[in-house]
Amino acid sequence: MSKLTSMTGAIAQYVPDGSSVAIGLALEPLIPFAAGHEIIRQQRRNLTLIGPISDILFDQLIGAGCVETVKAAWVGNVSEGLAHCYRRAVEQSIPRAIVTEEHSNFTIGLALLAASLGVPYIPTRSLLGSDLQRKNATFRQQQSPLDGSPLLLVPAVQPDVTIIHVQRSDVDGNAHLWGSLGVCVEAMLATRNVILVAEEIVSREVILSDPNRVIGPSFKVRAVVHEPWGAHPSAVSGFYNRDHQYYHEYHTRTRTIEGFQQWLDEWVLNMPDRNAYVAKLGEERLLSLGIKEHRYAAPVDYGY
Amino acid sequence: MDYTSRELMVVCASRQIRDGEHVFVGMRLPLIAFALAKRTHAPNCIGLFEGGIVRDVPSTELLYTMGDSPNIAGSLWTTSTLNVMGLLAAGEAHLGFIGGAEVDRYGNLNTSIIGDWKHPSVRLPGSGGAADISSFSQRLAIIMQHERHRLRERVDFVTSPGYGYPGEEGPAGVAWRERVGLPGGGPAALITTLGLFSFDPENGEAMLQSYHLGTTIEEVQEQTGWKLRLTEDCRETVPPSEDELRVIREYDPQGVWTS
Repeated sequence: MSKLTSMTGAIAQYVPDGSSVAIGLALEPLIPFAAGHEIIRQQRRNLTLIGPISDILFDQLIGAGCVETVKAAWVGNVSEGLAHCYRRAVEQSIPRAIVTEEHSNFTIGLALLAASLGVPYIPTRSLLGSDLQRKNATFRQQQSPLDGSPLLLVPAVQPDVTIIHVQRSDVDGNAHLWGSLGVCVEAMLATRNVILVAEEIVSREVILSDPNRVIGPSFKVRAVVHEPWGAHPSAVSGFYNRDHQYYHEYHTRTRTIEGFQQWLDEWVLNMPDRNAYVAKLGEERLLSLGIKEHRYAAPVDYGY
Repeated sequence: MDYTSRELMVVCASRQIRDGEHVFVGMRLPLIAFALAKRTHAPNCIGLFEGGIVRDVPSTELLYTMGDSPNIAGSLWTTSTLNVMGLLAAGEAHLGFIGGAEVDRYGNLNTSIIGDWKHPSVRLPGSGGAADISSFSQRLAIIMQHERHRLRERVDFVTSPGYGYPGEEGPAGVAWRERVGLPGGGPAALITTLGLFSFDPENGEAMLQSYHLGTTIEEVQEQTGWKLRLTEDCRETVPPSEDELRVIREYDPQGVWTS
């Protein structure tokens, strides 16, 4: 049965108040901004955000008051620096106080991997002796039962819902993702509810022609949303490049609360949907971000 | 010869890379240092990028982030973060790069908070992969803006452990890393806008190895929050060569990261 859903419908059904949401899992590229903006428009509250770094999307959700807890390694603006809304929330409880559960990129990946494997924790030697180890109360330290060496135990983190942006999917949620994967696969396998946001909807035959490129089993997928340019301003390999200027403008405009509110009105709250957002970007900007030179892979042969 | 302090930092960072090494490349300046090393003295080095990328040629365009599409095209391997950080965790990274807001004399780095944990005066972005890179790299190179409030006796928060601190259980340095169970070798270089420090692994202390053209040991001391120790051969930093500057400017012609 087709899982094709509108973004409005997918967020309304699978991201209720208080849920834990893994999003922005491929690090800098493939960030589901369209999904994040719909979460803001639907005024979700008390969310827990889960992800490694979160190139301005977590900042927007925090600034809009959707977030109670952040389980992440990094919240900022990769090409610009600090995240102003995150700062205001932690330093001044504006618009509300938030709880942070500090991770590194490796430990948040291990936490999702543990959940994906159905085990309570995964041990690592990372972060030993750091203040991250001391300030994240979920971490435990133990001697290895095998050789006595110190180990940090990273407990499983199981998201209620994982939102992943992909290049292409069929209507059942069989999807191709390529480029650097970040922790997308682990986050997909760690949950029972996945929302896929796809640049293109293609036939089942296209996906099944290359099963090695499939991100995970479609039985995890609850909703497939067709949203071209849905990851802008982040990059989608083969579709569009990162809009560095947009990150710069966001950084500059959100220094003050008023500036953030104006930015939010302009780019999120006054946009009925993603089509309006893409129209606002305009032809010229879209063209400048588009692919200049295609680089197709050689086909692989699954013959027998 | 005319060059910016960022260009000089890129050159110092690049010189840390030895030919044939696996380099865990961090954000910003290291992206250019990797490209520079590849095109000059270390043509056989390999770059590991935490988004899930392994490359043996620099990207053909300047990167704003390591996840930009030019860094994916032509890579040796695009895969998961856990696979690439797994290589790091298993000791495969000879050299790792990180930057930060504060560093102390023992090479401990802070990118989390300034002030008190519960009521910070500045909330910084956090670790990203930095704490992992500092935990696991065989040698760690730290890149920092050199200001007195950034180079401190002790950082407010140890995001990325360097050589720890001396205490009742023993000294800072390699011994501290062994005590807490960190497998990587610890900081080897601290590259700043004013100079280059190496570290004494016995006690973990930073030692000024060279100071950049146009500054003095006195000025470096003024901008450093601990009493400087000098290496025996402390001298002026070898300036960038014409070749090094040409490669940097070809890669970053607008000076996005190096102006």
